[in-house]
Amino acid sequence: MESESVIRSSDPAYISIHGVEKTYAADGSPISALKGIDLDIAAGEFVSIVGPSGCGKSTLLKCVAGLQAVSSGSISIRSKQVQTPPDNMAIVFQRDVLFDWRTVLDNVLVLVEFRGLRRQDYEQRALRLLKDYGLDGYAHRFPWELSGGMRQRVAICRALIVDPDLLLMDEPFGALDAMTRDDLNAELERLWYETRKTIIFITHGIDEAVYLGDRVVVMARNPGRIAEIVPINIPRPRPLSIRQTEEFGKYVQHIRHLFASMGLVKAE
Amino acid sequence: MSSTSVISSRRWGLSKQNEPMNYWRKTEQTRTIIVVLAVLVVVWEMSVRIFGIRSFLLPAPTIVLSDIIGNPIFFGKQSLYTLYVTSVGFLIALVGGVLAAIAIVSSSFIDRTFYTLLVATNSIPKVALAPLFVIWLGTGGAPKIAIAAIIAIFPIVINTTVGLRAIDNDMIDLARSARAPRRDIMLKVRFPNALPSVFAGAKIGISFALIGAIVGEFVAGEQGLGYVILTSQATFNSTRAFAAILVLGVLGTIMFFIIEAIERWMLPWHVSQRSQKGR
Repeated sequence: MESESVIRSSDPAYISIHGVEKTYAADGSPISALKGIDLDIAAGEFVSIVGPSGCGKSTLLKCVAGLQAVSSGSISIRSKQVQTPPDNMAIVFQRDVLFDWRTVLDNVLVLVEFRGLRRQDYEQRALRLLKDYGLDGYAHRFPWELSGGMRQRVAICRALIVDPDLLLMDEPFGALDAMTRDDLNAELERLWYETRKTIIFITHGIDEAVYLGDRVVVMARNPGRIAEIVPINIPRPRPLSIRQTEEFGKYVQHIRHLFASMGLVKAE
Repeated sequence: MSSTSVISSRRWGLSKQNEPMNYWRKTEQTRTIIVVLAVLVVVWEMSVRIFGIRSFLLPAPTIVLSDIIGNPIFFGKQSLYTLYVTSVGFLIALVGGVLAAIAIVSSSFIDRTFYTLLVATNSIPKVALAPLFVIWLGTGGAPKIAIAAIIAIFPIVINTTVGLRAIDNDMIDLARSARAPRRDIMLKVRFPNALPSVFAGAKIGISFALIGAIVGEFVAGEQGLGYVILTSQATFNSTRAFAAILVLGVLGTIMFFIIEAIERWMLPWHVSQRSQKGR
């Protein structure tokens, strides 16, 4: 991976989300998707957002990405108001969104083209990324020749090609089987540990959120709001086996209880 | 193997187990067509001979075939002319149709005006315009090409427009997240994603272009297979008319399969092609 300064700025709030509301105009009454969202994210922080479907977590991510406008409130990155997609940001979606008509290598390089940069300058980096993610020898294959896990790895390589400071991940491993998800979780933890990118990771898996996050933002729905922010004080790097520890279990239990109190899951 | 998997593997032509069996299955359609055609031709030949039908009413297939074989230069020349009118008309329709679809998808104004007009005029039988084109463009190749193009353009525009619109929102978001210019979103995301639809439209379009070419030759022709059919009618030369129709059928089939071959070559990634390549 490219070296990144570990401490990015003296300003602790790299991303500042303040009083964000988002309402959709449905026929008749407007629907409130997000209400009163306040969240500061430090540079190099890994923030997991966990919540039930319909809690607006994806909407929040799209607002941070500058793909959707907020109805009121403000989102700023490095004190700059987000209106259009910020520079040096990349998104990983739940579905890999690979272009079927492009080879794996061309898929990884597509964002380079979109940004108007020179392909040749990034080809070596693309091949190295693919190698790092175990896709050696697949550069000239087409996406349909790959398994679901491999495809999502390609999508991650694509996001990393321009070496973004900010990585927004919208349930990236939601569609994968449990074993592949474990692998990709461990890879992402390693990636964060080595590069200290700022990552916002949306999931509906509590384990995943706790395993990866410095903080877990627990969201509730109707309207979409933050129920609690749970700091995760588990030392890094975190091997997958950490999930068997009592400490880890306590965090998961705590969040599960939060959902139970909202009536979203049954208490154990 | 359960019955459902037999159906689906036949449908998609999946090839994994026992190759010869699969080859047999894959060619089933072709074999069926050949058998049906052969039976039809034999029945036709027999009925003409048994009932002594006179050839100006219904010529026997052997006589039709021998007319073609006996006049290779004549039929070759006429076919080439029709082929030329059809392919030029089709190419104009293809380029014009795809550009029009891009304009429709890019601009809501063009969508509201031009596309609405297009859909409305689609219900007019375009062949009715043929005599007008002769008035406007004379009796040379131009009016025939114009008719072929105007008939072929409709399915191409409509299919391409639908294809350009049927896009996964995440794909657009992905492009927007990298601040892709509009041109890139169109040419590198929407258009390649729409290519299967473009080809679907083109396959209908090529058949339509052939119809347009024949109609054009009917209305004002000095050459071409349509003109051959028309003049044969004037002289009660049914054998010649049947021969021209037979050549037309072959021509249309060949052009259709050429488009399909180009599609297979250009879209190896498309779902409909994957089975042939194997996973």
